[in-house]
Amino acid sequence: MLRRDGMDLRIDEHPILSFKKGRKVNFTFDGKKLEGYEGEPIAAALHAAGIKTLRYTPQKNRARGFFCAIGRCSSCMMKVNGDVNVMTCITPLKEGMIVERQKGHGVIEP
Amino acid sequence: MSRKTEILVAGGGPAGLSAALVAAQLGAKVLLVDDNPVLGGQLIKQTHRFFGSSAREAGIRGLIPLVNTAVVGFYGDTQSGILTRESFEEVKFERAIVCTGATENSLNFENNDLPGIYGAGAVQTLMNLHGIRPGKKVLMVGSGNIGLIISYQLIQAGVQVVGILEALPTIGGYLVHASKIRRLGVPIFTGHTILQAHGTNYVEKATICKIDEKFQRIPNTEFDVECDCICLAVGLSPQIELFQQVNCKMVFIPELGGLVPLHDGNMQTSNPRVFVAGDASGIEEATTAILGGRIAGARAYESIFGKNEKAAEIVADAQDELKHLRAGILGERIRWGRDRLLKEIAEC
Repeated sequence: MLRRDGMDLRIDEHPILSFKKGRKVNFTFDGKKLEGYEGEPIAAALHAAGIKTLRYTPQKNRARGFFCAIGRCSSCMMKVNGDVNVMTCITPLKEGMIVERQKGHGVIEP
Repeated sequence: MSRKTEILVAGGGPAGLSAALVAAQLGAKVLLVDDNPVLGGQLIKQTHRFFGSSAREAGIRGLIPLVNTAVVGFYGDTQSGILTRESFEEVKFERAIVCTGATENSLNFENNDLPGIYGAGAVQTLMNLHGIRPGKKVLMVGSGNIGLIISYQLIQAGVQVVGILEALPTIGGYLVHASKIRRLGVPIFTGHTILQAHGTNYVEKATICKIDEKFQRIPNTEFDVECDCICLAVGLSPQIELFQQVNCKMVFIPELGGLVPLHDGNMQTSNPRVFVAGDASGIEEATTAILGGRIAGARAYESIFGKNEKAAEIVADAQDELKHLRAGILGERIRWGRDRLLKEIAEC
């Protein structure tokens, strides 16, 4: 049965595929503790946790998620460990990452 | 840091891998650069195995594969810049084979930027590579083979496909795929398009309407479908920035997916040092990409080292097989596109 907490988006059984997953790791999203698998894209771990909005656009403040998932379209840029404009659809998840929604243009702090 | 190679291959999908393998087997020094962590391009997210024996020979002498590295620019005709995760390096080359593939098309409708509206490739990456469902209820836009096959894959992953939209009056992909999906109870709405997506922070609903044969909206035919994901399978466009940097003449051919570098049957562009293969030369599929890659690899080798019997044999075999694959009614569009390409060359 599908659960409503977001984790139900993970496929446990598949008729033809099996998925090699890394070890379970903890990371934070906007201060909230989340779990994911090491090595999967940050955006994929967030999606599995039910988080689809990854940033808000600079001019119209519109919610954006990922679109291409192969690092081409820049729709998935977030702040990761203090770095802005990180393409989270191709950046592997690691233990202890601090992931934040990006609002507007990423600003590099001196 | 700087590197030197005889042949630089940009992109390690089916076309680039094949080109690199052929060129290295013939004896050239090849540097194969790909920005993904693993080679194989978009084939790694398919549910069937594609590569036979050739991919397993990848540890061949003279072929250096570099992953997590992107070719970011060409500077003049013999120099390019590559960006690894740590540094920028210069690469001097004699010939380049550019196999950058394609990017997913989007579609114009209200709120088409809402989270949950994903490209078809993204849905496959998420679902077939990472084992994560893109949503619980997916609306598919596009009934070409990609839309049909992904719909089936979604069902295999336990996702409900609420419907497939097709703007044309008939289904775009092979009937064998369409029938399989119809038997599973998925409605295919031909002559329909998406007008609007609804939701504040992510997709919750879509408004659909009927369109006539001139793609004009038919009033009072709108209806809503509940969905938390909209998958756009509306085609691909060749990834062409690198060609434009080395002054390759570009031509617009809708049958090949839009703007492509002008190239001949040897996969050589208007810049004689630059070759092309795969979706970057015109949107097609993996087998033709492999064959185009083999031709490009062999011809790039010959253009440095002179005529070679084995290379000529590889090219003849691949051209023969391509002709066979593009024969018949299903290859009609591609044949038109390829014919237009040849006409453009004749006019040059």
